Amino acid sequence: MDWDLKEELRDCLVAAAPYGGPIALLRNPWRKEKAASVRPVLEIYSASGMPLASLLWKSGPVVSLGWSAEEELLCVQEDGAVLVYGLHGDFRRHFSMGNEVLQNRVLDARIFHTEFGSGVAILTGAHRFTLSANVGDLKLRRMPEVPGLQSAPSCWTTLCQDRVAHILLAVGPDLYLLDHATCSAVTPPGLAPGVSSFLQMAVSFTYRHLALFTDTGYIWMGTASLKEKLCEFNCNIRAPPKQMVWCSRPRSKERAVVVAWERLMMVVGDAPESIQFVLDEDSYLVPELDGVRIFSRSTHEFLHEVPVASEEIFKIASMAPGALLLEAQKEYEKESQKADEYLREIQELGQLTQAVQQCIEAAGHEHRPDMQKSLLRAASFGKCFLDRFPPDSFVHMCQDLRVLNAVRDYHIGIPLTYSQYKQLTIQVLLDRLVLRRLYPLAIQICEYLRLPEVQGVSRILAHWACYKARMWDETQGHLDEDVARAINQKLGDTPGVSYSDIAARAYGCGRTELAIKLLEYEPRSGEQVPLLLKMKRSKLALSKAIESGDTDLVFTVLLHLKNELNRGDFFMTLRNQPMALSLYRQFCKHQELETLKDLYNQDDNHQELGSFHIQASYAPGERIEGRVAALQTAADAFYKAKNEFAAKATEDQMRLLRLQRRLEDELGGQFLDLSLHDTVTTLILSGHNKRAEQLARDFRIPDKRLWWLKLTALADLEDWEELEKFSKSKKSPIGYLPFVEICMKQHNKYEAKKYASRVGPEQKVKALLLVGDVAQAADAAIEHRNEAELSLVLSHCTGATDGATADKIQRARAQAQKK
Amino acid sequence: MAFPHRPDAPELPDFSMLKRLARDQLIYLLEQLPGKKDLFIEADLMSPLDRIANVSILKQHEVDKLYKVENKPALSSNEQLCFLVRPRIKNMRYIANLVNADKLAGRTRKYKVIFSPQKFYACEMVLEEEGIYGDVSCDEWAFSLLPLDVDLLSMELPEFFRDYFLEGDQRWTNTVAQALHLLSTLYGSFLNCYGVGRCARMSYELWRKLEEEEDSETKGRKPEIGHIFLLDRDMDFVTALCSQVVYEGLVDDTFRIKCGSVDFGPEVTSSDKSLKVLLNTEDKVFNEIRNEHFSNVFGFLSQKARNLQAQYDRRRGMDIKQMKNFVSQELKGLKQEHRLLSLHIGACESIMKKKTKQDFQELIKTEHALLEGFNIRESTNYIEEHIDRQVSPIESLRLMCLLSITENGLIPKDYRSLKTQYLQSYGPEHLLTFSNLRRAGLLTEQAPGDTLTAVESRVSKLVTDKAAGKITDAFSSLAKRSNFRAISKKLNLIPRVDGEYDLKVPRDMAYVFSGAYVPLSCRIIEQVLERRSWQGLDEVVRLLNCSEFAFTDMTKEDKTSSESLRLILVVFLGGCTFSEISALRFLGKEKGYRFIFLTTAITNSARLMEAMSEVKV
Repeated sequence: MDWDLKEELRDCLVAAAPYGGPIALLRNPWRKEKAASVRPVLEIYSASGMPLASLLWKSGPVVSLGWSAEEELLCVQEDGAVLVYGLHGDFRRHFSMGNEVLQNRVLDARIFHTEFGSGVAILTGAHRFTLSANVGDLKLRRMPEVPGLQSAPSCWTTLCQDRVAHILLAVGPDLYLLDHATCSAVTPPGLAPGVSSFLQMAVSFTYRHLALFTDTGYIWMGTASLKEKLCEFNCNIRAPPKQMVWCSRPRSKERAVVVAWERLMMVVGDAPESIQFVLDEDSYLVPELDGVRIFSRSTHEFLHEVPVASEEIFKIASMAPGALLLEAQKEYEKESQKADEYLREIQELGQLTQAVQQCIEAAGHEHRPDMQKSLLRAASFGKCFLDRFPPDSFVHMCQDLRVLNAVRDYHIGIPLTYSQYKQLTIQVLLDRLVLRRLYPLAIQICEYLRLPEVQGVSRILAHWACYKARMWDETQGHLDEDVARAINQKLGDTPGVSYSDIAARAYGCGRTELAIKLLEYEPRSGEQVPLLLKMKRSKLALSKAIESGDTDLVFTVLLHLKNELNRGDFFMTLRNQPMALSLYRQFCKHQELETLKDLYNQDDNHQELGSFHIQASYAPGERIEGRVAALQTAADAFYKAKNEFAAKATEDQMRLLRLQRRLEDELGGQFLDLSLHDTVTTLILSGHNKRAEQLARDFRIPDKRLWWLKLTALADLEDWEELEKFSKSKKSPIGYLPFVEICMKQHNKYEAKKYASRVGPEQKVKALLLVGDVAQAADAAIEHRNEAELSLVLSHCTGATDGATADKIQRARAQAQKK
Repeated sequence: MAFPHRPDAPELPDFSMLKRLARDQLIYLLEQLPGKKDLFIEADLMSPLDRIANVSILKQHEVDKLYKVENKPALSSNEQLCFLVRPRIKNMRYIANLVNADKLAGRTRKYKVIFSPQKFYACEMVLEEEGIYGDVSCDEWAFSLLPLDVDLLSMELPEFFRDYFLEGDQRWTNTVAQALHLLSTLYGSFLNCYGVGRCARMSYELWRKLEEEEDSETKGRKPEIGHIFLLDRDMDFVTALCSQVVYEGLVDDTFRIKCGSVDFGPEVTSSDKSLKVLLNTEDKVFNEIRNEHFSNVFGFLSQKARNLQAQYDRRRGMDIKQMKNFVSQELKGLKQEHRLLSLHIGACESIMKKKTKQDFQELIKTEHALLEGFNIRESTNYIEEHIDRQVSPIESLRLMCLLSITENGLIPKDYRSLKTQYLQSYGPEHLLTFSNLRRAGLLTEQAPGDTLTAVESRVSKLVTDKAAGKITDAFSSLAKRSNFRAISKKLNLIPRVDGEYDLKVPRDMAYVFSGAYVPLSCRIIEQVLERRSWQGLDEVVRLLNCSEFAFTDMTKEDKTSSESLRLILVVFLGGCTFSEISALRFLGKEKGYRFIFLTTAITNSARLMEAMSEVKV
């Protein structure tokens, strides 16, 4: 071990994370009453004893330390507060275990791991348990009371069964199991009699097995469900052990428990004999998935059951195929013919495949590279004599070992075994490297394993950038701009790197300017905007949102702005962003009409304001007075907008409305909302000619319109007499062809003919044709000597009746051509 | 003409996949609300929905009753209500009223709102303001592309036009980008991209962004579509404002084709019932006449009738066996054809009745005069008479707009007098319509010099940065000049014809307007495709007022076969007319291209004008 410990381990609170994790030490001054004035030091070391952090403990007395699955250090204080520190001693957060804990103080605490994450269990001074199964998603659970519990239990532990955390505790000769609702007394099957107290209990890493140490020096080992006994052992030591942990390998049939006292360590299992070790130094046991780590001041060792493959190969005088293959390879290297003999022996038994597999597997369990190498060499040698041996296992093992050797290195200090590594997965291992800020190594591993960029290199780069964003600050002479640029240079457009995440991190440590600079590199505006809003850079967010072209995004920002700014400022902001303005207007049009008016007012947009009031004047259910008032406002607005035309038109409309109202009152019938034209027509149709003419004069209806209007109206009435009178009142401004047309439309050929004669010469032919007088039309056309008219007439000549006319036209044509 | 394509013309991609996708998604959404439910459908979505999933499919997925979303209280007694709506605030209020009424009555039901094609934040906000956000569940039905025909995709978003070109609301551009993204995911990325117009550029850029975000997945697909051309409707209002004389356009103008089908009234079906007819390539008769100038259609139909008769007549002199064959194999087809033929003849008659009157010819004559720019005074008088006689508010408005655009705005005197006349004829509320038209640049006043309004000049003073630079452009576009005459000259839109233009054997795209005018939009597309860029069209682009918004984006290597390069996707933002489609189909036939059309909606002059009108509530 690399550490230089000033204290004895036994004087410290010790916590070591599983999977070769870091070790935390806190010299416990609260145990001895005297040195309370000295502030203790919290130290964190890597598994190889490299110091990672050291800080003065300034908070209250700590009862227990523990590592979460994310390698965060949880420090449980006496008052129930849990402080969370990072691997590098950086304070993360804290949470409390509840009022009850606060009042009764913490007597004891355990940090445990379940598939949901890491949990904390607390025994309070009132001998009650409080538990949270996942500190990431804190839900406190107070366990039921144990009946008749007067003093602290002699020992207790957390169990995890069926995804629920339980607590097992021992009080005198009795065991109790606490779950959420109930407290039940349990008895382990086959427990030797005479037990008056349990001194220690241990649950295996996977929560499958349980070991109990009694005051008679008897150890009971069974399943954690307490339904089955596996074995028992009597060690005849009555002193309470310092630590007891399981030491077994997953899927192995062997069960063993390691029990440690001050100077003695004993491995017991399903055998009459135990293995004993003498401890020279103060040691600490760390249960692992496949064994036990034992560290002391000077050493750090791993105790585990020898894997089957290794045993087969290295057992003395083993004849297992793997052992033979290893031997064969060695001989081959010595250029001895024995190599062939061994090989032949394996092949004869048909066990070469098995031999290769054994060697590969055993290599995985070796920690020394030279042993790994020779085993792998043997495997590779054996492979040569096999057809179609799938190379994957060999290749993967080589890769895995290389990674493992790298992280086991002294400087890195993550002593993972192969089984632990497989359980942990490469992703988590990478995370842990990142957590230790070992970015280059992590990237090299990614590249070596050819992991997809998004999962591998980019993720690590992103973490690196976040770290940089946090650590490089201006006090160290790093300008925000330079930091942003440096980060961009390294990251470039690596897929999967989110600049907004990095920026969020920068903002998280109060570096807003840097965050904004970093956001510049974010290609997706959708990602930029929320953070900008969070940083209260709403206006910048607005322009980013507009650039993105995503209206929803713009709208989000708008609403944000609306709440953040006062109305005036909000409108001002909108005014500079026409795209946002029109979006907001659209919304107001449908949802907040009043706001729309305010918007126009603010802008002095009198034209739109006018339109707005006109629209309002058509609101359903509005009374006439209200409508006129709205129109008046509109007209005023139009004047202000210098749109005289609209103003005049609006005033005319006001006049018309009033007049229509009067007409309705005086004459009855429906006038309101008719157009001027229709109003006059209605008057004529209902025989109020005088009124109609008055109206026409008042509103200066042009002559042409009036003539068309009257003509249509009178024809509709079939008032032919009046029509004739009208036609003679003065010269028609629209000619007389319309008269002919309209009469024909009403199928009055007689009347039509009257007007046909009055049609001007250009349209005469058309008029005559309309009334069906083909012969006269022909005459007129001939007289005009107009080729187009001639053919028009000709096309109207049908059947025998017009035969003569047709001939006439043909003749006229011929004549015309002669000339 | 059925436009027999050149043998080297590429095959069209199979767009029925889009329908299947939309259907599957809808079913999935309906299944999200298990059990019996009533479905409330917005009126505008009914026809598109019908093309995707008919009632029996809906019933299969436990839809009990169907209701229309309208301003009436719903009488549904079901415990689960599902709303299928466009993301509009109006609809949100309808739903809110319904839910709140239930709450008052102490009733709890399950509500689900399905937005098509997407939901907007504003809608959710309204739900929140009305206090029912927690009571309803929201979902999106990303149904943005409806294949109306083998070469025609419509987004069925008629409001796009008003929202974008009048209100300046860009909310739909994202939807367009997503539709493009869907196409490029299904049919491969587009190799060469061209576009003109502000919205075109924005949609294009949004689409590119989408592509970049997840390029790894789509890259593998072999591109099918060689070129894509995006075009804003405001680049060419003229074409959309003209009366259509190609059969399909004429049917649209007369009967209104809705979502690819048309309701033929009793006067067409010569019975007492109306008939809903699907108009697409499946209809063999229609397929042959859809792109024809109307003057040829009747002749074609009568020829067809004679052929049909001849085929029927073959029966005579058949022996029993032949007869059996005939009845089992051909008769059904012949009958079908017979039915379609009589329908289209009926439609033609009906159109003839309406259109061959003197009035229509005068109208066309005036339009042509406006396009060519002669006898302006006479045309103005014609329009005035049109207004005075109250012929049709929409038609009058259309002619006024056409006059304004072709003449770069009306001279002030005419501007006032025509407007006054219009208000007198059709009601004073149209004052708002005129304000809208002015804003959209459809009906303006010729003004010397100072065209910037007070707001615009203030804005341009205030803003300096890049983003704001775009905005000033947006504003000046409001007051921009159409420059139609100059563009027309540059692009030779008015063909010089010696003698009669033979409409039976058209020479160029002008045939869709009786040989008087080549549609501007189509001409631009033709020119750009020919050059494969905007090179040499700088002047035109400048005249179109969108120097900044014309773009090309070519892929470096043109490795793909010429096959796919001849497949061209044309995107009309703000709608396209059937005349434009016919013109481009003709161009495709001539040059061996195949065009695919993607439009926000099918439009025509009347729809354009209606979108701009303010009608009394």
